[in-house]
Amino acid sequence: MNVKYKPITPLKLITFTKKGIYCPQGKFYIDPWRPVDLAVITHGHADHARWGMKKYLCHHFTKPVLYQRIGPDIECQSVEYGEIVHINGVKVSLHPAGHIIGSAQIRLEYKGFVTVVSGDYKIQDDGLSTPFELVRCNEFVTESTFGLPIYNWLEVNDLNKKLQSWVLKNQENSKTSVFIGYSLGKAQRIMKAVEGLGKTYVHYSIGKLNKAFEESGILLPDYKIADFRENIKELQHEIVIVPPALLDSSIIRKIPDAATAICSGWMQVRGARRWRSADAGFPISDHADWKGLLQAVKATEAEKVHVTHGQTDIFSKYLNEIGIKADVIETLFGEDEEESEKEIIETPEL
Amino acid sequence: MKHFADLINALETTNKTNAKIDAIIDYLERAPDEDKVWFIALFTGKRPKRNVNTNYMKEWALEITQLPFWLFQESYSSVGDLGETLSLILPPPEQKIERTLSEWMTDILHLKDKTEAEKKAFVLQSWNGLDYTERLIFNKLLGGSFRIGVSDKTLINALTKFSGQEASTLTHSLTGKWQPGEISFQELISAEKINPDNSKPYPFCLAYPLEKGLDELGAPEEWQIEYKWDGIRGQIIKRNDEVFIWSRGEELVTEQFPEIRDAVKMMKGSFVLDGEILAVKDGNILNFNELQKRLNRKTLTKKMLADIPIEVFVYDLLELEGTDLREKPMEARRAMLEELLLNEHPEKIRISQTITFENWDELNSIQEKSREINSEGLMLKQKNSPYHAGRKKGDWWKWKVSPLTIDAVLIYAQKGSGRRSAYYTDYTFAVKNRDSLVTIAKAYSGLTDKEIMEVSKFVNKNAIEKFGPVRTVKAELVFEIAFEGIGFSSRHKSGVALRFPRIVRWRRDKTVDEIDDLEEIKKLIQ
Repeated sequence: MNVKYKPITPLKLITFTKKGIYCPQGKFYIDPWRPVDLAVITHGHADHARWGMKKYLCHHFTKPVLYQRIGPDIECQSVEYGEIVHINGVKVSLHPAGHIIGSAQIRLEYKGFVTVVSGDYKIQDDGLSTPFELVRCNEFVTESTFGLPIYNWLEVNDLNKKLQSWVLKNQENSKTSVFIGYSLGKAQRIMKAVEGLGKTYVHYSIGKLNKAFEESGILLPDYKIADFRENIKELQHEIVIVPPALLDSSIIRKIPDAATAICSGWMQVRGARRWRSADAGFPISDHADWKGLLQAVKATEAEKVHVTHGQTDIFSKYLNEIGIKADVIETLFGEDEEESEKEIIETPEL
Repeated sequence: MKHFADLINALETTNKTNAKIDAIIDYLERAPDEDKVWFIALFTGKRPKRNVNTNYMKEWALEITQLPFWLFQESYSSVGDLGETLSLILPPPEQKIERTLSEWMTDILHLKDKTEAEKKAFVLQSWNGLDYTERLIFNKLLGGSFRIGVSDKTLINALTKFSGQEASTLTHSLTGKWQPGEISFQELISAEKINPDNSKPYPFCLAYPLEKGLDELGAPEEWQIEYKWDGIRGQIIKRNDEVFIWSRGEELVTEQFPEIRDAVKMMKGSFVLDGEILAVKDGNILNFNELQKRLNRKTLTKKMLADIPIEVFVYDLLELEGTDLREKPMEARRAMLEELLLNEHPEKIRISQTITFENWDELNSIQEKSREINSEGLMLKQKNSPYHAGRKKGDWWKWKVSPLTIDAVLIYAQKGSGRRSAYYTDYTFAVKNRDSLVTIAKAYSGLTDKEIMEVSKFVNKNAIEKFGPVRTVKAELVFEIAFEGIGFSSRHKSGVALRFPRIVRWRRDKTVDEIDDLEEIKKLIQ
């Protein structure tokens, strides 16, 4: 028994262990960070879907992402949203989390007690991911990446307009619009936002994930894989999307007439925008903003809320103050997104 | 305020100086003239007195948002800017207020005579009528600092490009005593209220770091040697009884050094001097850190003037009674300079001493000891050389003493402010003290943005304790710290104080077991 991760619900539908979030009754883990027998995966980001599990269970759309990112030999079962799977007597179902394509909240039900592990989520409909579905529960596990009242996102349409006018302004000034965003989720949103404004080139790592989505039958705007080695000239005055690991890299510097924009929720704050060596920063996030987090937590009507990665202390303190019982759970979520991006980029095919 | 908000937006969506200049020109082409004058005033630090108490603004925002005070404080410490925090937490506006910048400024100036209730009504109404960027600008206009990433020089360059007027003339005109509302944009730009010829500076002659052996320089007697001091390089101009002090950054800093200004005013004649402005107390040259405390302040208090007295060490004479002397050899200029200062004997204005030496070996040992008198090293100037415009190799060399370095471990980290508010940028380092660690220095600079991100990540993962904004971290990351000097100090726990500590590099190859020991470091003190 590990002392640090004390079980807290009387029913112990989930416990927090060294290996990750565990369901003792069902004998499976959710987004574990150590190798286990059965892992239910909320979504394909590397801090949630890790290597080494004997078996994976995820949404249909996440499956090709896991094959792409973890390897083609893994054993992976995929399900539809709302489809019920019985695991050792626990009713398990996946519900849209609105975070990225295929992202899911994991609903567990046992003897009438319902726990929802939401992974990463957002309330806004980004036009690509299946929109967030509210799931009532007794116990709710929530992220808190942007759990401060300064983080409130613009409407997706207004935000897209900002990206579009930035691209148009760049075209007017004979600049190449270079967007920097995560290859899984953000990149596809950017592609969608600037669809039709010009030729769009994506970095190889983004292209790989786009293929994974296309295999699932998801329609993405037209794009080309950028060839930074032989044909970097053809990017001139077009739109280019690259993952964050390339920020400050020689590749970006080599793109002719580049104007760079970082797309991340952190860009909401001027300090963060100005500090990075980019021209522009757009606060586009796949995580819930302050209002979104509160809205989701309240609407679940959960009696107990566990706050994982992000502004954990602040968000749980606030929840307790407004009468929602909450505690902080330490996890390894939310830390390695960037490092995992790097691994992909350092493949020889670059 | 739309034009102004567009400008701010454009300035914030580029980090390229040329794009910033274009954005300013675009603004100048579109904005009404009264707005342009306000724009220049705000961007050059001529802002009105604050008429609304920031604590009230916080209170009002909490009233509107119903957020607890501690959560506001957490938000503020994450943003690092009050005006911005307010604009981010307030709900979206329900109306749209359209007013020009000068109309806003007039309203804001009128708040002076209003009651608190009237001020509150005005601020709340404004917040509810402005979108996020405009609201941020409004909060800044109410009296906070208005720093937007445009240096004075960028502004001058943009105005030069827009008006065709010369940069130094514009700098002079803009630095003058004018107030928005009392001067038109045209008057400001055409500089008709000043005489720009009086202030016109020469380009500074700059030195290269010494890159060859002393014996390759030729005969020692061909060289004039002076100590190199770490102060503010200044060109001091007196023409037609007007005094101007230009910094090397082409900024007019006359008002920052009233002692110099007044001393020069007392001198007879017209001349242009080149020298180093230094903090000097009781005959000793103080650290640059001390001098820095006086810089870029809106007002210099009496206490500050008394605590950090300054002097200029003059080393060159560029113009005398209207004659440009720059083509004359160094030696001749020096002689004329000595005569000028010898006749006048002005207070606060000293001649930079030349060092007499027999041979290069002797100079070598002088250079090695220069740290003892707070000097950075030596300046070597060819006696035959003209006063070059800018940097030219061969005639002027700077020969700095190499810094001292130690390896220390990171133990505390704090987030930066403003531009760096999202990351841990301020570090405290420790060295070994028998079996424990003792803090030795604080340092802010020296790492790349990427390294700062990595360190921030480490701090997030390895924070042990929280003291307000400071995090105690696991002693693991080793850095090489350079410093210019070291001395005993009773004010520091370690018993020693380092001068100008800075990070040279991250020693990823070293572990905490390999850091330096305090007893060994003390041996560096001479």
